[in-house]
Amino acid sequence: MGKALPWIGLAALALAPFSGIGNYPLHLLIMVLLWGYVYTSWSIMGRLGMVSFGHGAFLGIGAYVVVMGWNHYGLTPWMGVPIALAVTAIVAFLIGYPCFRYKIVGHYFALVTLALSEVTRLLIVALRDQTGGSLGVTPKTALTDAAYSFAALQFSNKLVWFYVVLAVWLAGLWVWKKVDESMGRLALEAISQEEDAAASIGINVTRLKLGVTMISALMTCIGGVLYAQYQLYVNPETVSGIGISLQMVFGVIAGGMYVRLGPTVGAAFTLLLAEGLRLAFGNRFPALDSTVYGLMLVLFIIYMPKGILGAALDAAGQSKPRPAATPTGRVLRDG
Amino acid sequence: MQIFDIFLLESVLNGLLLGGLLALLSLGLNLIFGVIDVVWICYAELIMIGMYAVYYLHVSFGWPLLAAMLAGVLIVALSGMALHQFVIRPVLAAEPINQLLVTGGVLFFLQAAATLAFGIEFKNLGITFPPIVVGEISFSMPRLIAFGVALAGMLGMYLLLTRTYIGTAIRAISQDRAIMPLMGVNPSRIYLVTSALGGGLAGLGSCLLVLQYDIHPAIGLSFGPITFLICVLGGLGNMAGGFIAAFIFAQFISVGGFFLAVEWGYVIAFLFFIGVMFWRPQGILGSKQ
Amino acid sequence: MAGPMLRVDAVSAGYDGFQALFGVSLEVSAGESVAVIGPNGAGKTTLLRAISKLIDVTGGDIAMEGRSLKAVPAYEVIGRGIAQVPEHRRLFPRLTVEENLKMGGFLPSARAQYAERLAYVYSLFPRMQERSSQPAGTLSGGEQQMCAIGRALMSGPKLLLLDEPSAGLAPVVVQSIFDMVKRICAEGYTVLIVEQNIRQVLKVVDRAYLLETGRIKQSGPAAELLASSEIRKAYLGL
Repeated sequence: MGKALPWIGLAALALAPFSGIGNYPLHLLIMVLLWGYVYTSWSIMGRLGMVSFGHGAFLGIGAYVVVMGWNHYGLTPWMGVPIALAVTAIVAFLIGYPCFRYKIVGHYFALVTLALSEVTRLLIVALRDQTGGSLGVTPKTALTDAAYSFAALQFSNKLVWFYVVLAVWLAGLWVWKKVDESMGRLALEAISQEEDAAASIGINVTRLKLGVTMISALMTCIGGVLYAQYQLYVNPETVSGIGISLQMVFGVIAGGMYVRLGPTVGAAFTLLLAEGLRLAFGNRFPALDSTVYGLMLVLFIIYMPKGILGAALDAAGQSKPRPAATPTGRVLRDG
Repeated sequence: MQIFDIFLLESVLNGLLLGGLLALLSLGLNLIFGVIDVVWICYAELIMIGMYAVYYLHVSFGWPLLAAMLAGVLIVALSGMALHQFVIRPVLAAEPINQLLVTGGVLFFLQAAATLAFGIEFKNLGITFPPIVVGEISFSMPRLIAFGVALAGMLGMYLLLTRTYIGTAIRAISQDRAIMPLMGVNPSRIYLVTSALGGGLAGLGSCLLVLQYDIHPAIGLSFGPITFLICVLGGLGNMAGGFIAAFIFAQFISVGGFFLAVEWGYVIAFLFFIGVMFWRPQGILGSKQ
Repeated sequence: MAGPMLRVDAVSAGYDGFQALFGVSLEVSAGESVAVIGPNGAGKTTLLRAISKLIDVTGGDIAMEGRSLKAVPAYEVIGRGIAQVPEHRRLFPRLTVEENLKMGGFLPSARAQYAERLAYVYSLFPRMQERSSQPAGTLSGGEQQMCAIGRALMSGPKLLLLDEPSAGLAPVVVQSIFDMVKRICAEGYTVLIVEQNIRQVLKVVDRAYLLETGRIKQSGPAAELLASSEIRKAYLGL
C-alpha cells in the first residue's frame, strides 16, 4: 500500500484540473508546482551546505534572456533557452569556481551570491532601454490569431500550462533523486563537512560542488523561463534580487530541505499563506505576508530546522539520515 | 581639449569620501564576523532601522537632530544585542548554514515589517546643506561630515580594541575562545558586548546615511550587498582589509557612475570583485584557511 | 586556614559520555607543590579541566579554601584564586606578549595591581620584557611557556595549575621549564602540576599522586615515589 501511495497521489494530481476546481485554483496549483520546482532546484544545493542567497539571478537570467530574445530579435524561446542556459552556466561557474576551488565557502558563498542576485537586478534595471527597467516587460504576444503558439511558447489555455509545469516539476524531483543517489554517503559528507577526508580518498570536491551548483542553477533558469512565459509579465523584483532569493530559501526551509517533497510542501505553504492573509486582510496591509514569512523563517530555523515535512516525517518515524551528519568531536559553542 | 577633467577629479574625490563611509559600514560587519564567526546578513537592515529611528525622533517627535542621532545609535546597538541574544545564540551550536539562514530571515522580516510599519514612500530628513565649493569642485557637506565621522569612528574602534581591557578581550576571543574562562572572561558577555559594538557602528552608519539619502524599507539593498562585497574583498573578518577594499570599491562606484549610469558603477565593481576572487579568493588581506 | 587549600573529593568526570576520572581524591596544602603523574590518557588534563570548571564534574566535589566550586561557572574560578597554565600554552597568537599578560590580569580585582604584577613577571622572566611587543605566536616554545606562566601569575593567584608544561618542547628546553617551575615554587606559590615527564617533575615538587586510567594508584612524598620500585619499573625503565 505504501509503495502505491505516491502513484495514486500523482494520478490524483494529474487529474485535478478535471475535478472542476475552477480557473483560479488551477492557477494556484500551477504556481505551487512551478515554485515547488524552483525551490526544489535551490534545495539540491542547499541540502549539501551550499547556501545561495542569489538564485534570483538565475531565475532572472532565464526570464529576461528569453523574453528579450523574443521581443527584440524575434528569437523563439526554443533558441532563447539554450542561450539563457549558457549564460547561467557561465555565471554559476564564475561565482562557484573561486569559492569551491579555494574552499572559501559558507559565509563567503552566501554573501557573494547575495550580491550576485542584487547585481543582476541592477543590471536589468540599468539596461532599461532594452528591459523596461523597474517597470518590467511583457513578451510580445503571439496569440492574436491562435490559442497557442508552440514557437513562441505561449499558451492561452491553463490546462496546457498545468501539464507542462507538472512534467517539469516531476523532472525536477527526478533530478533531485538522481543527485541524491549518485552521491555516495561519503561524498555528501565531504561536500558538507569533511573536505580534507574526502579529498584524501580521491573525491574531487571542487568538481562535485561545481557540478551540483550547475545543475541547480540551470534548473532554476528553466523555472524563470516558464514563469515568464506563463505569467506573460516579468519585472526585476519578481524574478531577481534578494527578495525572491530569500523567498526561495524560506519556502525550502519551511517545507523541509532534506526531504524530496519538502520544497514543494514549502511552496504550497507560502502560497496558501499569502492567499490566506490576502483573504483575511485584503490589500490593506502590503507586505504583511512577507513580514510573516520572515518571522516564520527565523522561528523555523531556530525551532524547526527540518521544516514542516521533515518534522512530520520525524514524528512518523520515517526520517532518513541527513547527508550532513554532524561528525563527532565537533566543537559546539554556546556563545 | 581639457586633458584634466575637473569633474572626473571631483568624482574621484567624492569617491574618497564615499570610501570613508563604506569603510565604517564594513567595520561593524567585520567585527562581528571576526569575533563571533557569524555574518549578520541583515546588517544593512539594522542600519535602515536606525535611519527610521532618527527620522521619526527628529521629524515626528521634534527631538534635536543630535539627540535623535544618539538615540539612533543606541537603538541599533540594542538591536544588535537582541539579535545576538534571541536569534543567533540559539543557532550558534548548529551548523553555519542555519546561522546564515536565520539572519537572512531577519533581513526579510525587517524589510517587510518596515514596509508594513512605515510604508514605501521615500522619507527624507529634509535638511539641506549648502555645497562646499573648492575652486571648481563642489562637495556635499553631509558627505564631508560622514567622512570625518567615519574616520573618527574607526579611530575610536581602534583605540577601544587596543587600549582597553574589553577591547583586548574581544580580540583575544577570536583567537582562542576556549580558554577565555581561564582569564576570568565570560564568553557570552563578550559576544553581547561585541554585538552591541557592531550594532553601534551600524547605528553610526545610519546617522551618516540619513543625512544624505532618502529612507525607504528596501534601502538596505542599496548598500548591503556592496558592504558584503567589500568585506569579502578585504578578507572577511579583517578590518584593515575592509578599509582598503572600501576605498577601492568607492572609486569604482563613483567613477563608474561618472562615465555611465549609476547602476553600472555597481556592476563594474562586482565584475572587478569576481576578478579578484579568481586571483586571490581569500580577499586582499584575508588568510588562507 | 585549617585544612588543605585545594581538596578534590572523589571526583568523577568525563566528556560526551566517556568517563575519564573515577572517584579521584587529592589535596594540596598552602605553599606546597604537588604533582599528578601518569601515562598518556590517564586523565591528568581532565583533572585540571575539572578543577577549572572547563568541564562538569559528574560525581564528588572540589573545594578551594573550604568553599565548594560546585555552583561556580568557569569564568569565576580565577576569582577564587585558581589560575591555570593550559596544555600547549594556549597563548593568544596575534596578541603581543604584553597583551597576553594583560589578559591574564583581566579580573577587575587584579587591574589595580597591573603595573606591579607586570614588573614582577618581567623580573622573573626578563626575556618577556625584551619581547613584550612581539606577537606571542612568534615566540619559541620555551618563551611561550614563560609567557603562559607569566600570564597565569598576573591575576595574583593562590593556586597555580600547570598542565604538562614540558609537553611538545625540545629536550634542551625542558630543563629550563623545570627550572622555571622550581623558581615558581620557591617564590612561595602553591602549585599543582600535571606531568608526563616523571623523573624531572618528581625532582621539583614536594608530593605527588600517580594517576592511571582515571584512578589514583599511589601517592606520597616525591622522593618516595621516585624511589618506588613500581614506578621505576613501569615509567622510568629501570
